[in-house]
Amino acid sequence: MSTIKELEKKLLVMSKTPELFDAEIRAIKSEIVSLQSGPKTRTAWETVQLARHKDRPTFKDYAFGMFTDFIELHGDRRFSDDLAICGGFARLDGEPVMVIGHDKGKTIEEKGDRRFGCALPDGYRKAMRLMRLAEQFNVPIITLIDTQGAYPGLEGEERGQAEAIARNLVEMAQITVPIICTVVGEGGSGGALGIGVGDKVMMLSNSVYSVISPEGCAGILWRDNKFAPDAAEALKPLAESLLKLKVVDRVIPEPAGGAHADHAGTFAALKSAILEELRPLKKIVPVKLTKKRFDKFSAMGIYNE
Amino acid sequence: MAWFSSRKAAKETLSEDIWMKCPKCDKHIFKEDWQNSHKVCPKCNYHGKLTAWERIGITLDQGTFVETNKTISPADPLEFHDAKGSYKDKAAEAMKKTGLNESVVTGTGTINGKPVVLAVMDFRFLGGSLSSGCGEKILRAANHAYDKSIPLIIYSASGGARMHEGILSLMQMAKTCAGIARLNEKNIPYISVLTDPTTGGVSASFATVGDINIAEPGALIAFAGRRVIEETIKQKLPDDFQTSEYLLEHGFVDCIIHRSEMKAKLHQLLSFYSR
Ligand SMILES: [Zn+2]
Repeated sequence: MSTIKELEKKLLVMSKTPELFDAEIRAIKSEIVSLQSGPKTRTAWETVQLARHKDRPTFKDYAFGMFTDFIELHGDRRFSDDLAICGGFARLDGEPVMVIGHDKGKTIEEKGDRRFGCALPDGYRKAMRLMRLAEQFNVPIITLIDTQGAYPGLEGEERGQAEAIARNLVEMAQITVPIICTVVGEGGSGGALGIGVGDKVMMLSNSVYSVISPEGCAGILWRDNKFAPDAAEALKPLAESLLKLKVVDRVIPEPAGGAHADHAGTFAALKSAILEELRPLKKIVPVKLTKKRFDKFSAMGIYNE
Repeated sequence: MAWFSSRKAAKETLSEDIWMKCPKCDKHIFKEDWQNSHKVCPKCNYHGKLTAWERIGITLDQGTFVETNKTISPADPLEFHDAKGSYKDKAAEAMKKTGLNESVVTGTGTINGKPVVLAVMDFRFLGGSLSSGCGEKILRAANHAYDKSIPLIIYSASGGARMHEGILSLMQMAKTCAGIARLNEKNIPYISVLTDPTTGGVSASFATVGDINIAEPGALIAFAGRRVIEETIKQKLPDDFQTSEYLLEHGFVDCIIHRSEMKAKLHQLLSFYSR
């Protein structure tokens, strides 16, 4: 077993020729993340609970705590203003950006109004409107993902929940300004991915990202959602797994005790990670940026041939 | 002959041979009618599920189909096990049962002489679920259409993402849509045909973002499951909720086309493309 220091030394050497050591670099980064999170005492299911912790920062905490000069912009210009997705211009360490994210709300009333961060098509369409605005203003897009999933309901189906998410997947591939997406809590299925296509995709260390909730998966494959802990284990939704699978580029260690225990520490860690990733992205010309994004998502998946 | 030894046996054999029950309306119909109409019920117009090969047979000009990337098959990236066993075994069983390597068959061919790139999903293969392999084949089909400037047609039939591949199956939604995005930029038509059923991660990705969306009559097209919605919101849902007709009414498909007219209509649409 290597120590973090030894691993970091290896990483430094390999980073000089990243194209030769892509797989090794990912494996080492993943190992560092698991070492940083301490001895393996937490199950996948426990991490899911942590990702859903009620005291974790929500969107407005980030908007006002991590950014400055936040100005919220409302509405999809088609039907309504879905509060489950919030966004607007803001500054990050003085740099102008567009920040967009799921908002679970804090008080009971807010949570109700926001359906606990489960967005309607209107929310995804608002997000895309703001992304196009960011493109027009030539500012990078920062998305913060925190949702159980898109809202399953009559009005969502009626107004094209599927199309709204799909349209975002198409258009986020075309956006010509840098996009950095971070899963800060729950990354639930298509509802998360709907604002999750970026040049860099990151996760906070206690967040989860999954194709289906453990409860939903257990209900289908175990025929009973009380098997959610087993499904959570099988789905491998933890940050270190996603890093290994090349779905996320970077895992941001949360302060000791977790994001829910230290908001300020979490903001500092996330902010410096975003700024660090943003710098090289801002130098890439638009056509190369979209080409790289296309190549990045094209490479995702593991199959036999 | 043994099976004509009693009147009863003869009648039963006869009826099994020539009669069947419609999976939708439960009425007795002639097997021959069902086959001749390519699995459309003559009583209730239900459009039954077709295999990918049956679909290709009634869509493309005879002998023009050239399959691509047929060797792509499922891996087991998560070493996934559930209550009923391993994904590895399930995938192997699906391959054996269907003779397919993945839930989609892709290739090129012509429709009344018009060249197309075609991808056809097959519901028999693990519910037509979107996996890494399926996503890769669809992306490559889109890339082929992009490289050759040929229209793309995708027939969807899927329960959604293949959760046995975890997050990688979710990423196929972004991956396939990235392929569609490039077609948009080059103005290459993409026609999406939604068949029964098209739900979950497939409806929330390439299936609903065709330049033209066509549905077969009565198909289930949905994001969330009806049961999930009823449980969540305890709302009464309309009878035609999440059908092709419901989507047409709400503006999400261009038209509903009967199976017997599909090829002619696709050709008609393609004939307007003159780039
Ligand atoms: Zn019938």
